[in-house]
Amino acid sequence: MSSPRMTDRSIELMVSMLLRTGVLIAGFVVLVGGVYFMIRHGGEQIDYRQFHQTPAEYRIVGQIVAGAIALRARCVIQLGVLLLIATPVARVALCLVGFAMEKDRHYLLITAIVLAVLLYSLISGAAHG
Amino acid sequence: MTIAEFTPIVFAAALVAGFLGSLTGLGGGVVVTPVLTLFLGVDLRYAIGASLVSVIATSSGAAAAYVRDGYSNIRIGMFLEIATTLGALFGAYLTSKISTGSLSIIFGLILMQAAWQAAHEHKDLKKPVPPDPLGESLKLNSSYDTIEGIQEYKVRRVKAGFALMFGAGTVSGLLGIGSGSLKVVAMDQVMQIPFKVSTATSNFMIGVTAAASAGIYLSRGYVHPGVAMPVMLGVLAGSVVGARYLKRLSVLLLRRIFAIVVGVMAIEMIYSGVKGYL
Repeated sequence: MSSPRMTDRSIELMVSMLLRTGVLIAGFVVLVGGVYFMIRHGGEQIDYRQFHQTPAEYRIVGQIVAGAIALRARCVIQLGVLLLIATPVARVALCLVGFAMEKDRHYLLITAIVLAVLLYSLISGAAHG
Repeated sequence: MTIAEFTPIVFAAALVAGFLGSLTGLGGGVVVTPVLTLFLGVDLRYAIGASLVSVIATSSGAAAAYVRDGYSNIRIGMFLEIATTLGALFGAYLTSKISTGSLSIIFGLILMQAAWQAAHEHKDLKKPVPPDPLGESLKLNSSYDTIEGIQEYKVRRVKAGFALMFGAGTVSGLLGIGSGSLKVVAMDQVMQIPFKVSTATSNFMIGVTAAASAGIYLSRGYVHPGVAMPVMLGVLAGSVVGARYLKRLSVLLLRRIFAIVVGVMAIEMIYSGVKGYL
């Protein structure tokens, strides 16, 4: 940021760019994983009629990342899903920085509460897994 | 059915859902879940997980444009997100306590509301309510660009709107949809924020609301990569195409078709939910 003064308008422009970039990257990762998945497993039978909790490598953040690094198709898809979930969380974090630079205490607090709820959901969800 | 057969069918269905959802402003989630469960026999929980992921993608994509053009009010959005994210946590908690049959019935009822909203053109039925002093102290009042120039607006009934947003968040977390139509009702009808600002701010909020429950759904194993992949890519592609055709198509006719399709699916969802109990 070249300008030392932060306004709502500059927060808006950064948020817009962040959202677009996040969705593009996540969509691209899911697409790559999806194409690879179709090539590798296209002929296999599916059964989504019965619900079975997905295996840990599609549920736990650490295992998804490890699987994606090992280039396992379904883990690459889940990595894209993770990046997508992270996009709105990053947007809230960016607003937090923006309001802090505006020295807007009310909105710093409001944004911190929203971020805390989001992080709680991600962490508590991971703990249950 | 093999993966090579299932994936293109789901992609095509999600494409249509995303297209209709973006044209009518109701989002793809309300359409894609009934299509997956009723026509393709996918378990409701996988459908909800996949739909939730697609909701984050489409709303974030649309919000990027609305925020840039100055229609989304980021302060209103951020303030009300306290209510929607807490509601979403509560909704995601409820999902694990409620049977699939009951979920199906609740989904059907929400679809009926969406169908009703799609069938009726938006009317400005503003009642004379004085501006809320909370709107002033929370800096929610703002202005936006219209054909007649910059219009100022003042927010009303902040507490009632906040309470309704908790409900909208709960529905979103429970059913894995954006519940954009409920958010718009809370902002447009109750808080009397201009319609265009209401819809743009709703879109801005949907991604954060959905992210609050998405982490829980992912860790519970509801997000299956084989289902989520074609749904997310299809809905995303459909909404991009929809946004491009928005000015060329008769939206009124589309809204009527959408209302009928969603209305029929509402009845089917309620029927399949009730059948589960018999």
